[in-house]
Amino acid sequence: MAETLSGIEKLKAKVGVRWQPREYTIEGEMIRRFTRAVGDPNPLWKDGTTAPPTFTLATGFEQFVEDLMKLTPFNTVFMGSTEIESYQPMKLGDVITVVFEISNLRERKGQMGRMAFLTFESTYKNQEQALVAKCRQMVIGY
Amino acid sequence: MSIQLYYQDVRKGDEVTPLVKEPTPRQLVMWAGAVGDYMPIHYDQEYARSRGLKGIIVHGQLVGAFLGQLMTDWVGKQGSLSKLSCSYKGMNYPGEKITLRGKVLRKYVRGGENFVECSVWAENPKGEKTASGTATVVLPYGDDYKRKGRKRR
Repeated sequence: MAETLSGIEKLKAKVGVRWQPREYTIEGEMIRRFTRAVGDPNPLWKDGTTAPPTFTLATGFEQFVEDLMKLTPFNTVFMGSTEIESYQPMKLGDVITVVFEISNLRERKGQMGRMAFLTFESTYKNQEQALVAKCRQMVIGY
Repeated sequence: MSIQLYYQDVRKGDEVTPLVKEPTPRQLVMWAGAVGDYMPIHYDQEYARSRGLKGIIVHGQLVGAFLGQLMTDWVGKQGSLSKLSCSYKGMNYPGEKITLRGKVLRKYVRGGENFVECSVWAENPKGEKTASGTATVVLPYGDDYKRKGRKRR
């Protein structure tokens, strides 16, 4: 068995590097699609004007994962952990700037052979430059 | 959700009102679309099996979002969820019940806000914890609330 996952070098070079900021305009349908998917009928976000705190998971994630998967040799990725800090809710019409960064990468021999544990962090600022949320997640790739 | 929870009503050891979910493959597809997570282990049975799984699995983040709902349901419209952290320890499969639970660990006032920290977790039908972590919520202090006729949770 190889000492390291082959093809992981590209990913290693990205640790501590900030992604280019990306902007997302929050639309009501994005919020409603999210709450329908969760099956969350809370009247606070039913009309799509206010997003639940976990909506951060839907903001910019797709593009980040797309970038990430181009760098990884993994066949399968599992989510290992999620941490969300919410300072104020995202609202309809907000322009949210998201910045992702891989903060940690380590390898270990696990049940599935060599596995990589990758932690990434993201910050979410609104159009007034107020920090609305922070997120830290860990994924396990093999 | 109709009854507002107040800071002074909460005690260490109190149970968060449980939430039960039973996600279908359709719900996983809805989640995939809502957040843009298109890993095939969440929609392609054959692929999932080839990766050593029993079948397609529920997205960890969806279980995280369920835990978020558990807490926002509990705190009512005047409360808020300020922090949620959870680790995914086991698989949840669509068609199986997921019970989301929580318990009050401690409460404290900081910067004029009333915080309640809870342990939170998700259970599969066997009662095994498939995700667990902590959630911190902010609750209103109900000093001007007419307490008459209100049940303590």
